[in-house]
Amino acid sequence: MNIENLISDRAASLKPSGIRRFFDIASEMDNVISLGVGEPDFKTPYAVRRAAMDTLQRGKTAYSANAGLMQLRKSISAYMDRSFSLEYDPQSEVIVTVGGSEGIDLCVRAFINPGDEVLIPEPSFVAYAPMVTLACGVPVPLETLAEDEFRLTPERLEAAITPKTKLLVLPYPNNPTGAVMRREHLEAIADVLKKHDIVVLSDEIYAELTYNGRHISIAEIDGMKERTVIVNGFSKSFAMTGWRLGFLCGPAAAMRQMLKIHQYALMCAPTTAQYAAIEALDNCEENIAQMRDEYNLRRRFIVDAFNRLGLDTFEPEGAFYVFPCIKSTGLSSEEFCEQLLYSKRVAVVPGNAFGQSGEGFVRVSYSYSVNHLTEAVRRIGEFLAERK
Amino acid sequence: MDQILQILNGNARMDTEKMAVMLGISAEEVQAKIDAYEKEGVIRGYKPLLDYDKIDTQLVEAIIEVRVSPQRDFGFEEIARTISEYNEVSSVYLMSGGYDLHIRVVGKTFKEVALFVAQRLAVLDGVLSTATHFVLSRYKDWGVIMGEQGIDERRIISI
Repeated sequence: MNIENLISDRAASLKPSGIRRFFDIASEMDNVISLGVGEPDFKTPYAVRRAAMDTLQRGKTAYSANAGLMQLRKSISAYMDRSFSLEYDPQSEVIVTVGGSEGIDLCVRAFINPGDEVLIPEPSFVAYAPMVTLACGVPVPLETLAEDEFRLTPERLEAAITPKTKLLVLPYPNNPTGAVMRREHLEAIADVLKKHDIVVLSDEIYAELTYNGRHISIAEIDGMKERTVIVNGFSKSFAMTGWRLGFLCGPAAAMRQMLKIHQYALMCAPTTAQYAAIEALDNCEENIAQMRDEYNLRRRFIVDAFNRLGLDTFEPEGAFYVFPCIKSTGLSSEEFCEQLLYSKRVAVVPGNAFGQSGEGFVRVSYSYSVNHLTEAVRRIGEFLAERK
Repeated sequence: MDQILQILNGNARMDTEKMAVMLGISAEEVQAKIDAYEKEGVIRGYKPLLDYDKIDTQLVEAIIEVRVSPQRDFGFEEIARTISEYNEVSSVYLMSGGYDLHIRVVGKTFKEVALFVAQRLAVLDGVLSTATHFVLSRYKDWGVIMGEQGIDERRIISI
């Protein structure tokens, strides 16, 4: 028997993540200075780690309710209210998930029938389209452009809507571009959506990392809460990537369905992480603010540095990435990244890994110390100078 | 605290050009503010943050709890100022609680520090008692964890 012949067509059709090969090369090299990570360089605040240890010490290791510990759901509900003035009932409108990723998966699986179309603005996080494919849906990429500061425009959205359109993924603040949608941009999108029966999957995992004014959720726009499912989590805002903890907020009728899938697939999110998350939400707002301030300093530094190097870089207002345009070098994204890696041992991620519209760009993470960033910028400067 | 002071607190060697970019103001403005802080004595100096355990020189540090009798009209001020004059003394704090002055003394040997306490400190007018505690190891100093430097355990690339 050849086990490969038995693999499902859908699993087999998934392409390995675009940066897999590049990652393999980079991770075998010595002395690589990376700007490639998608996670905070801060450790989880100690109070949060301590809270987890305390519950382990007390032997609190059983399953929680499927939707998550009620205390955590209440804390999430309170957080959504104080941060975004959005009211969600902890009993019926909040689910604690295994990372934001599971939340995305649940939402897609709960809404998609075979052939339903899911609109996905690109460049964006690499997992949306494969999840849609696995749910027998059809991912429809919506190109976003540097001249629009990588925002989704109502025209682009309107043009892509068909009778089959079921779901719009709204990935802002955006990985990899750092773009955000301000209130006026969201209102324009909402005006289009309200004419159709389309659900919004708003991925707000970087909501806390917004630099010019607070994050606005599309659910805050009039008439949108009833058609929006929000994905959020603890990975980026609280520097808790390895804990794998996220959450979903949305209309009860949809949450009931997602909860069934979650219950059968995962049972519940890890309890230790859930206890830690209560501490994070209830007592660590100060830590978030400190981390955000620090990212903001680095953000201004790195945007300035790349523009000085002659790589056009628009000023991102969210997340911890910048997305410099490398078209002036005449190289493709992958060529640029490979040559930079080989000649200067600096790792950045090719923009086309996040969708075809990312071609001509690279993703640079500033989730590093200023000294680290300075050295990386120096090496990139050398690389560019040697090419002239 | 002003953001300039916050940045310098994290890295006093950060150059003004870089700070200017990070704060979205001009380098001249940053320099002017730093100059003002220095002039006003808000910034009293700049020092490297040393991990003494990694330096070959012999160095002994002790924390000394001193109880003193406050003086009429001067309170603790005069005795604290007097103690501050000694080069061996690196810090002097007035404390609440079980004793009055918290003093940090640095010397080359245990004996040297002990003698300093016995011969210079304990004999001062107004000093009622001293309790000397030698520092054996430093785990965290000035907000920085000492010892092995942490390594970045993150994968080189993640998305």
